[in-house]
Amino acid sequence: MLELKGLSRHFGGVKAVDGLDLSVREGEIVGLIGPNGSGKSTTVNVIAGLFPATSGEIRFQGEDLRSLATHKRLQLGIARTFQNIRLFGQLSVWQNLWVAQNAPVDHARRGFFARWLGGQSGVRAEIAGLLEFSGLAHKQDELAANLAFGEQRRLELARALAAKPKLLLLDEPAAGMNSEEVGQLRGRILKLRAQGITILLIEHVMELVMGVTDRIAVLNFGQKIAEGTPAEIQADPLVRKAYLGGA
Amino acid sequence: MDFYYGLAQTVGIHTLLGLSAYIVLLTGQVTMAQAAFFAIGAYAAGMLTVLAGWPIVPALGAGALLGAATAGAVGFPALRVKGLMLVVATLAFGEGVRLFFFNFDYQVAKGEIRVGPLGGEGFRQIRYFQENGWSTGEVMLFVWVFVILAMAVLWWFDRSRYGAVLRAVGEDELAAQSVGVNLTAVKVSAMAVGGAVAGVGGGLYAHYTTHIEHANFNVLLATFAIAYPIVGGLKNVFGTLVAVIFVQAILIEGLRFLGDWRNLLFGALIVAAMNLRPQGFLGGRRA
Repeated sequence: MLELKGLSRHFGGVKAVDGLDLSVREGEIVGLIGPNGSGKSTTVNVIAGLFPATSGEIRFQGEDLRSLATHKRLQLGIARTFQNIRLFGQLSVWQNLWVAQNAPVDHARRGFFARWLGGQSGVRAEIAGLLEFSGLAHKQDELAANLAFGEQRRLELARALAAKPKLLLLDEPAAGMNSEEVGQLRGRILKLRAQGITILLIEHVMELVMGVTDRIAVLNFGQKIAEGTPAEIQADPLVRKAYLGGA
Repeated sequence: MDFYYGLAQTVGIHTLLGLSAYIVLLTGQVTMAQAAFFAIGAYAAGMLTVLAGWPIVPALGAGALLGAATAGAVGFPALRVKGLMLVVATLAFGEGVRLFFFNFDYQVAKGEIRVGPLGGEGFRQIRYFQENGWSTGEVMLFVWVFVILAMAVLWWFDRSRYGAVLRAVGEDELAAQSVGVNLTAVKVSAMAVGGAVAGVGGGLYAHYTTHIEHANFNVLLATFAIAYPIVGGLKNVFGTLVAVIFVQAILIEGLRFLGDWRNLLFGALIVAAMNLRPQGFLGGRRA
């Protein structure tokens, strides 16, 4: 579904991502782990189109993404969350999800006029479903900036889902969460997979990565140093040395 | 009574000017080009009624379309730059337009006199209202029909998803792009709507003053355009109206009895207002 071939992104002399090959198949949950600064977030940003690749290929369902703007990639079905939460803080929870109603199926279903200048009634059921999924129904009129940290993370996930993505890029969704919240997040990720959404998960919280992923790729200094099932990765001496720690 | 009619007209026209900047400010862009779109609307509508003999409403409509088209055309390249760079770019465009009208001659003979824009002399005798026997009160009401119309349309936009998207872009462009918002289309559309509103305001201004010239559309006017929504707050369109009343009716007319002291107090009161209500008169407290 997603193919990265020899993907590189350099910032000046720094090779943030350096010749990365990675493929994500439909329906999979693939983990991307590695020490801080190993190029994980840069990889997500390049896939999402926030900045262009220095070299290499990115294909999504066979289509070359390199010349597509960010919002066009979303329309193909790639949505994301941010490592440092980026909500629209002065909009309500409900409005955050309203703004994100940009799925192509919705474009087709509702005309241009209804989509942009119509009222809230046409999307109410849809947004109610997202609020339900993320457990934020009781906070729908709250400003996003006033939410607690964990709630903001949930809203970001819901906002990404508003576009009905085929591939979801989750950039450290469990950062700063306690273990109960991590457990809930794990439940949500598994539910999304059951709905047929493919996920690329960047995460430091091993409890989550090892629990939900089918495959894991490990980055170090922008290069992939290992790839395999969670069990293989945990046993890999190179990975243990570079990242997981321990003898 | 004429004094109050005149004041109501000024408040109405400046409200249109402020509203034209309001919608652009929602997207987080600071524009100094609104006086230029106002000038384009003023000259276009004036030329259509005086030189082409159009009725006022289609002339205002044409001014609005021209304002929107120019704003859209400026928006495409200009909105690629942000913050201070955008201020400088739109300022330069505004001055360019003013200088264009400073050099713009297009006069034709009408009976014994020649009418039309005459460069630095300006464009005199835009006498549509007088020729058609409109009273000052009627002109004032006419102006306010457009003010109320513009406020209603922008209020509607604000309540729709379009308004939420504009505000989302104003808060975080990166996040807005990432949820599928086409930044260029949204920003250019906001510029175009603002250009249309400014164009109507300019057209009305030309007809009620009957004489316009390049100096009317200077940087000061562009500054007023963004000052109204900022002083009034971006919560909704009424903030802009309240700010225009505050500035035009209270500070400028209400303090006239103070003579030279007025100008000193003017600045001090604006500063005081911004300190007491940093989010604007009607702006809510930010979280």
